Amino acid sequence: MVKTLKRYLNTFLLFELVKGLMVTGRHLFARKITIQYPEERTPMSPRFRGLHALRRYPNGEERCIACKLCEAVCPACAITIESEERADGTRRTTRYDIDLFKCIYCGFCEESCPVDSIVETRIFEFHFENRGEHVITKEQLLAVGDKYEKQLAADRAADAKYR
Amino acid sequence: MSKFLLGVWGWFPDWSQVLLLNLGKIFMILVPLLLSVAYLTYAERKIIGYMQVRIGPNRVGPKGWLQPLADALKLLLKEIIVPTKASRFLFVFAPILTFAPAIAAWAVIPFTDNLWLANIDAGLLFILALTSMGVYGVIIAGWASNSKYAFLGSMRSAAQIVAYEIAMGFALVGVLMAAGSLNLREIVLHQQGGLHQWYLWPLFPLFLVYLISGVAETNRAPFDVAEGESEIVAGFHVEYSGMAFAIFFLAEYANMILISVMCSIMFLGGWLSPLDGLLPVKILALPVIGTALGGGMHWLLLKMSFILFCFLWFRATFPRYRYDQIMRLGWKVFIPVTLVWIGLMGAVMFLTPWGFIFH
Repeated sequence: MVKTLKRYLNTFLLFELVKGLMVTGRHLFARKITIQYPEERTPMSPRFRGLHALRRYPNGEERCIACKLCEAVCPACAITIESEERADGTRRTTRYDIDLFKCIYCGFCEESCPVDSIVETRIFEFHFENRGEHVITKEQLLAVGDKYEKQLAADRAADAKYR
Repeated sequence: MSKFLLGVWGWFPDWSQVLLLNLGKIFMILVPLLLSVAYLTYAERKIIGYMQVRIGPNRVGPKGWLQPLADALKLLLKEIIVPTKASRFLFVFAPILTFAPAIAAWAVIPFTDNLWLANIDAGLLFILALTSMGVYGVIIAGWASNSKYAFLGSMRSAAQIVAYEIAMGFALVGVLMAAGSLNLREIVLHQQGGLHQWYLWPLFPLFLVYLISGVAETNRAPFDVAEGESEIVAGFHVEYSGMAFAIFFLAEYANMILISVMCSIMFLGGWLSPLDGLLPVKILALPVIGTALGGGMHWLLLKMSFILFCFLWFRATFPRYRYDQIMRLGWKVFIPVTLVWIGLMGAVMFLTPWGFIFH
């Protein structure tokens, strides 16, 4: 009897609902966790996987030896490589295209590369303005690598002991 | 100068003087109302944002204060698309039909003891009649769109509004039994004498029923199955775009404001101060504090804002009711509760000496 009465009282005084309201009421005054993106940014890991780049050795020689492991491992088939023998007898790529629409930024290409040539940078705010620009070529990839080499080397060094 | 203006005023024939005065009053009500509707959308986004530990819109203008204007401008510039197989006239007519009653009901709202557009004796009935009109707009919108989702949404909303209209009406019957009048001004004046005289206390169950039915009437969360964006896209207004859609939006918020002003008038003593009649005359004679603590429109606005805040609070807190739960709550809980309370009130008022509780 008392139990039923208590249940009825709870129901009609909206006890549970008021409890719920209190939760949201508390959060009204809680500290806000929003990050104002263009002005504020979250910290970024050295393992961040953004736009791709092709790196060079310190002497300026490109690292890629056209082993095509990245092309093989790529789950989205985003990488296209063609290779030829260069004048000095080494194997080099003549074409290294990444379709950024296909790419899922999994980082497998980076993992599979035996010479740390193809890497993913921290750049994540890129865009294209024309059709077809989403396929980036070897030249563009090398240019990205040249531009951010310092950062890339530092990131690899920071992560080296965990590999 | 003022003499000249009075002279000019005197040249108008009597009938046009009345007309102009009333038009002026309507303007004075409508402009703040529409502005508050605009800023209610902003408040909603901000408050719900804060409750979800976000900060809400803050890019347009300082702290996002111009956001409603930007929204309005965007909607004004958008094309109103009329579906090929829609009934053109009804399609355009429906938003107007939902919006007009929400605005028209303000005619009988007393803002202070001597400020209103029309002081009619059947004010309560007028408001009930007009708020019920709103559902026609929703039904017609769903029907005229010639779309399954819109039709489903409008059917849901119609059933819901019919169910809750009854509970709401009964809750107001309690108020008019206590006040002995249908005139809104007199209902407020009956609550004179401070916080404890408000109908909130003797009619507490009816207050709750009225508030919750109000939320259901305006089709707002947690009773927003009529929109049900997860099931039926957006309910009755799927096919609407641009300004036609905006009018539905405005109507919803205008209705919210109307329900909250009604709530403050019926149960929270309207423009009366909570300390009305409790403070010594000396304090009321003070320049600023006296006016603030004495009765006035600011108290009505304050009470309204609180109830509006509750509306937004509910939306941030409760998950949506299932459709059959809504029907159960309306028909099997609210209507019996209000009926029992009205019966109880009647019995106490006329058969026992404790009738003063409800007066």
